[in-house]
Amino acid sequence: MNAWLPVLIPATSLIAALIIFFLDEENRRLRTFVNLTTASLKVLLVVFLFVGVSRGEDYRFTLSLFFGFDIVLHADALSLLFVSLSALLWLVTTIYAIGYLDVSHGHDRSRFFGFFSLCVSATTAIALAGNLFTFLFFYELLTITTYPLVAHRGGPDAIKAGRVYLLYTLGGGALLLVAIVWLKSIVGAAEFVTGGMLIPFVASHQTELTIIFTMLIIGFGVKAALVPLHGWLPVAMVAPAPVSALLHAVAVVKAGAFGIMRTVYDVYGAGVCTELGVRPWLAAVAAFTIIYGSVRALRQDDFKRRLAYSTVSQVSYIILGAAIIGPVATIGGLVHIFHQGIMKITMFFVAGNLAEELHIKKVSQMNGIGRRMPITMASFTIAACAMIGIPPMAGFISKWNLGLGAIVAEQEWVVAVLLGSTMLNAAYFLPIVYRAWFKEPDVEFDPPQNGRSLEIHPYLLIPPLFTALCVLAAGIFAGMPFSPLEWAKLIALREYGL
Amino acid sequence: MTQSSLLIWPVLLPLVLGTMMFLTRGRFVLLLSLAAAVGTALSSFSVCRAVQQSSTLVHEVGGWGTPLGIVLRADGLAAVMLGLSGLVGLIISVYSLTYFKSGSRKEHMFWPIWLLLWGGLNGLFVSGDIFNLYVTLELVSLGAIPLIALAGTHDAIKASLRYLLLALLGSMSYLFGVGLLYMRFGVLDLAMLSNVITPDLTVYAALALMTGGLIIKAALFPMHFWLPPAHSSAPAPVSAALSGLVVTASFYIVARLWFYVFPALELAKLGQLIGLLGCGAILWGGWQAIQQERLKMLVAYSTVSQLGYLFLVFPLCNTAVEGSGIAWSGSILFAVSHAIAKACAFLAAGVFIKVYGHDSISELRGAGRQLPMVTFAFAFAGVNLMGLPPSGGFVGKWMLLKAAFLTGQWWYGVVIVCGGLLAFCYIFRVLEQFMTAPDASAPMEKAPAVMTYSVLVLAVVAVSLGFYTPVLLSILGVDSPVSLVSFAPEVLLP
Repeated sequence: MNAWLPVLIPATSLIAALIIFFLDEENRRLRTFVNLTTASLKVLLVVFLFVGVSRGEDYRFTLSLFFGFDIVLHADALSLLFVSLSALLWLVTTIYAIGYLDVSHGHDRSRFFGFFSLCVSATTAIALAGNLFTFLFFYELLTITTYPLVAHRGGPDAIKAGRVYLLYTLGGGALLLVAIVWLKSIVGAAEFVTGGMLIPFVASHQTELTIIFTMLIIGFGVKAALVPLHGWLPVAMVAPAPVSALLHAVAVVKAGAFGIMRTVYDVYGAGVCTELGVRPWLAAVAAFTIIYGSVRALRQDDFKRRLAYSTVSQVSYIILGAAIIGPVATIGGLVHIFHQGIMKITMFFVAGNLAEELHIKKVSQMNGIGRRMPITMASFTIAACAMIGIPPMAGFISKWNLGLGAIVAEQEWVVAVLLGSTMLNAAYFLPIVYRAWFKEPDVEFDPPQNGRSLEIHPYLLIPPLFTALCVLAAGIFAGMPFSPLEWAKLIALREYGL
Repeated sequence: MTQSSLLIWPVLLPLVLGTMMFLTRGRFVLLLSLAAAVGTALSSFSVCRAVQQSSTLVHEVGGWGTPLGIVLRADGLAAVMLGLSGLVGLIISVYSLTYFKSGSRKEHMFWPIWLLLWGGLNGLFVSGDIFNLYVTLELVSLGAIPLIALAGTHDAIKASLRYLLLALLGSMSYLFGVGLLYMRFGVLDLAMLSNVITPDLTVYAALALMTGGLIIKAALFPMHFWLPPAHSSAPAPVSAALSGLVVTASFYIVARLWFYVFPALELAKLGQLIGLLGCGAILWGGWQAIQQERLKMLVAYSTVSQLGYLFLVFPLCNTAVEGSGIAWSGSILFAVSHAIAKACAFLAAGVFIKVYGHDSISELRGAGRQLPMVTFAFAFAGVNLMGLPPSGGFVGKWMLLKAAFLTGQWWYGVVIVCGGLLAFCYIFRVLEQFMTAPDASAPMEKAPAVMTYSVLVLAVVAVSLGFYTPVLLSILGVDSPVSLVSFAPEVLLP
C-alpha cells in the first residue's frame, strides 16, 4: 500500500482523463460526475498521505526503466506542500471550469477536460517526483498537456499564444535535459536528498557544477517566469479563465518554482549553493524580477495582463526565499508556494467572472462593479489585500518571513526590495479596489440572467469565495498545527538539519 | 519440433502465403491476408519470447550446417528487430484490409508483394551470413519498388524508378564487399568471419564498400534525396512499411557488421565520419521537414532526420570508454521507437488523405474536432519523434546524450538536442492546424473504424514505449556485443 499511494494520486486524474476523452461531447452529467469524483478522491488520498507522512510513514514507489534510471515517486515534506496545493485547487478549479465551459459557451469540452485532468496528473507527479529524471519526465509531460489548453480557443491569437508558450517551455525543457544528463554523468544517481547530495563532488567539479546549476535555473526559470524568460506568460492570457488560473496558481508557473526549490535544497543543498557562490546571483535575478513584474503590472489596463505581470513578480518571492541563506527566508519562500497559489487563483476566478458575466476585461471599465457583483469583488479585495501584505492575511506571513530571513542573513537590501514591491503591489491593486467600491458606475450593468438572485452562476461564485476564505484562514490561523506556515517550518528545519 | 525451428516461421509463412495470394480471388483475399499477418506476427513474437527466456536461437535449414547450408540465427538484436517487424507489420496489414478498395486491382497487387517484403525483412533479421543478408536485402528492395509504383501516379512511378537505380547501386556495392571478403577468407558466416577478420587493406575496402552501399539504402544524409519523394508518394501502408521497417533494416545490417563482424578493426575515424553525416541528417532533415507543405513530405523528411540519430551509435559507442554501451542500447531503442512512431504517422496521414482527399498541411484545419482519434494518434507519434516522455524516443535520446557526455563528445549532445527542437517545430506546425476551428465544409468520407483504431493502437505503443524499456533491454542483452550496464559512479549518500 505504501508504494501505491504516490501512484494513485496522479493516477486518479489520469483515469479521469482517459474516461473523459472517450465521452460524448454532450454527455455533460457523466463528465461532471467523473470530474468531481476523481477530484474529490484525489483530495481524500492527499489527506491520507498527509496523515501518513506526519506519522513518519515512508511512501515510495520505484519503477526501474533501465540501469540506473528509475521513476521514483516519493512523498516527502516538500512534495506534500505542493501536492496538497494542487489537489485542493484542482477540485476548486474543476468546479469553476464546469461552470465556465459547460454552463455557458463551450466547444471541444471533452478535449478541454481531458487535458485539464492530464495536466493536474502531471503536476501532482512532479510534486511527488523523487529524482531529477522523474521530475523531468513529468515536467515535459506537463508542457505538452497544457498546450491544448492554452490554444483551446483555436483562434489566431490562441494559436500564436500556444506557439510562444511552446517555444519558451520546450526550449527550457531541452536545456534541462542536457543539464540533468550532464549532472548524472558526473554523479551517477540524482535522487532528491534532503540537504543535497553534491557535497562529495564540489571540490573536484566546481566549474561544471556551477554551469549545470545555471542551466537548471534557466531551464526551470522559463516556467517560473524569471525575467527575461517571462515573455510567454502575458501572451498565454488568451487562454480560458480556468486555464489561466491553473497555469498561474497550480501547475505551470509553480512547477518551475518548485523545480528551483528542488535544485537548491534537495539536489545541490543549501550549503553547496553557498559554496559555489551562486546564491547572490539568484537573489539578484529574483529581486529584479519582483520589481520589474510589478512595474510592468502598473501600466496594464487589461485586467488579466495586469494579473499576469503580478504573477511574474509574486512567483519570484519563492525563488528569493531559496536564494537567501538561512532557514527563516526558506520558510518565507516555501510558504509562499501555497499562499501565492490561493491568492492568485482567487484573482483569476474574479477576472473570469467579470469577463463572463459583464464582458469586462479592462481595469478602466471596472467603476462601481462592486455594486453589481459584491461577493466576487469582496473575494478580490481580500486577495488583493493579502497580496499587498496587509496583516493578518496570507501574503503578510510570506513577506514577514522573507524580510526577517534577509535581516538574519544580513542582506538588508532585500528588505528594501520587499518594501518597494509592496508599494508597487498597492499601487496596482488598490486602484482596482477603489474603482470597484467607491466610484460611480459609468454604465448600467446588465442584471443577472434568467432572474437569478445571485450575481453569477453558483459554480462560478463559490470557488473564488472559497479560496478567498482560504487566504484569510492561512493568515489568521498561521500558528495552528498543519497550517502552511507550520508545514514550511517543518520542511526548513529538515533541510537545514536543525 | 525443437525451439530453434521457430525461426523458420516468420520467414516462411509470409513467403508461402504471399505466393499463394497471387492465385487467390474474392473474399478469400482478406481472409488469407489476415491469417498471414496474424500468423507471421505471432511467430515473430514467439521467437522474441524464446530468445528472452533462453538464449540465441540457431537453426540450420534442412539440417545442413555451416559452411555449406543456410543458417538462421536470432540473437537479442535480431529478436528485437523481429518483434518490431511483427508488431508494425501486423498493424500495417490490419490497416490495409480496408485501405484498398475491396476487389480492386491495387488490393490484388498489394498483398502478395507486401507479404514477400515482410518475409524478406524477417529473413534479413535472422540471416546468419553476409550473402543471405544480400539476398534478403534484394528481396526487400524488389518488393518495395513495385509497392511504391502501386500508387500509380506520375510522381510515384518516377520516385520508384529513382529508388530502383539507387537501391541497385547500393546492393551492388554491398555485394562487391561480400565478394572481397569471400575471396580473402572463404567464409560467409557472420560468426566465423568475426573470428578470422584481420585488419588489412582488403578487409577495410570490403567494409567501406558494404557500409557505403548500405548508407545509400538507409538514406543517410547526403544520400537521402531519393527518400522523401519515394516515401511520400507511395500508398500510406507502404510508406509506413518503408519508413518504419525497410530503412531500419539497412541500418541493422550496418550495425551488425560493425559491432559483430568487424569489432577487431580500428574504426574510430570512420565512425566519426558517419557521425558527422548523422549530424547532417538530423539538422538538414529537420530543417527541410519544417519547410514542407504536404503532410507526407513532412513525415518523410522527419525520417531523414531521425535516421541520423541511429547512426550516432558509430562514434558514440566506444568500447574503450566504460559505460558507452549505453549508446548501443540507445540507438537500437531509438530505431524501434522511430519505426513504430513513423509507421503510425504515415498511417495517420493516410487516414487524413482518405477523408479529406489531400494532405496539404494548411488545409487540415479543424481535423482535431472531426477526426479526434487520428489526431491523437498523430500527436502521440509526434511526442515520440520529438523525444518527449514517456515515449521510447525520450529514453533513446537520453541514452545517446548520456553516451555523448561519457565519451566527452559534447558536440553530439548539442546536435541531439537541436534535432529535438527542430522536431518540435515541424510536429507542432501540424498539430496547431488541428487545434484551430474547422471550416464549415464537412469531411468528404467517413474514416473507416478499422483504420482509425489500428493507428491508435500503434500510437499508444509508440507513446508508452519508454515503460517497456526493461523488456526490450532484457531481449537486447542476449549476446550483446557491448555491455548494456551503464557507468554509475558510487554516490556517497549522507
